Amino acid sequence: MKTTEQNIDDILIPILEQVSDPEIPVLSIMDMGVVRSAVFENNIVKVQITPTYSGCPAMDVIGDDIKAALKTAGYNSEIELILAPAWTTDWITPRGRKALEDYGIAAPLDAEADKDVLLNGKRIVKCPQCGSTNTRLVSQFGSTACKAQFQCDDCQEPFDYFKCLK
Amino acid sequence: MKQNLYNYILGIADNSLILGQRLGELCGHGPTLETDIACTNISLDLFGQVRSYFQYAAKIAGDNRTEDDIAMLRKEREYKNVLLVEQPNTNFAYTMARQFLFDVYHLAFLTELQKSTDLTLSAIANKCIKEVSYHERFSSDWIKRLGDGTDESNAKMQEAINDLWTYTDELFHQTEADKAMVAEGIGIDVTKLKEHYYKQVNDLLEEANLQVPESKWFQKGGKEGIHTEHLGYLLSDLQYMQRTYPNMEW
Repeated sequence: MKTTEQNIDDILIPILEQVSDPEIPVLSIMDMGVVRSAVFENNIVKVQITPTYSGCPAMDVIGDDIKAALKTAGYNSEIELILAPAWTTDWITPRGRKALEDYGIAAPLDAEADKDVLLNGKRIVKCPQCGSTNTRLVSQFGSTACKAQFQCDDCQEPFDYFKCLK
Repeated sequence: MKQNLYNYILGIADNSLILGQRLGELCGHGPTLETDIACTNISLDLFGQVRSYFQYAAKIAGDNRTEDDIAMLRKEREYKNVLLVEQPNTNFAYTMARQFLFDVYHLAFLTELQKSTDLTLSAIANKCIKEVSYHERFSSDWIKRLGDGTDESNAKMQEAINDLWTYTDELFHQTEADKAMVAEGIGIDVTKLKEHYYKQVNDLLEEANLQVPESKWFQKGGKEGIHTEHLGYLLSDLQYMQRTYPNMEW
């Protein structure tokens, strides 16, 4: 996990953990790994965030939500969107992965397994509802750019799989 | 202002902008719900990439220009996209053939652009390539499914490939801005991508039970701003709001 590249002031961590991903409300932006740095500079908090996908429409909202949360805590802030290093699903924390599963979204597999699933139709994605791996790909693109659509052939429930991005 | 770099960025970004707009036309009109969502997701990725490029271009321009001005307020001749991406959706075979013929190029191009000495461009390339590799998987998959499907799906895909083939060679055509940027180590020498491109495309067509077109007659002009008639109609759609209500915002 490359979280060591993050540079976040300890005082700010609990505040930023309160901000959730608008499309996956159970997941905090910290667990998502989109906050790359948050430090004080001349009494202003400079926050750097990085998009999951280039076209992610949630980024503007996330920026506004961070500003609002910091304001409530008494800090003024400036948000900067950075592209390098590019976001990867490896930056989702273990707590974030658990939150995804609890919410009904299968967490990303590693790159090799992800390829097997999306290209070769291998049945290894675990259904977040019943835990079966008797699941199949319905569509490589799901409800948002970061997810693919799956169906479980045991409990029949459709679900989203968070695609590996590396 | 660095005019060559500005033009170079627009040349890259316009391909994504125009293809993104084409795919966006399918929103609510895709052949099935899944393909509809897939096409619009790809469109969204492309628009996201375009924003990164245009924000950078606006910064280089150094005047009050914004990313939206660059996207919405140019005239047809000022768009530098290749002819391939402006071709109409026609039917799903055309949509996927166009996507595939572009994706294979796009992936190869971004792979090289990551090595650009321009750090912003290499960062954008590094970001985009992850998304584009999903696009390429998706379109390749459909070439195989339709090519190797029924007689009818095979015939439709073959027709689409035959018709769009004439626009593929332009991808490897170098403009003056390209040459200047290659000399500076910022740009990519697209002529070097050609051999690998046709090998990859031809192999997949063969695997999909499709004939590689034999025609050696190729169209070009988009990179110089000389477009097919289709672009004007696309732009009138794309620019409608900003032309009718200048400076409007959401």
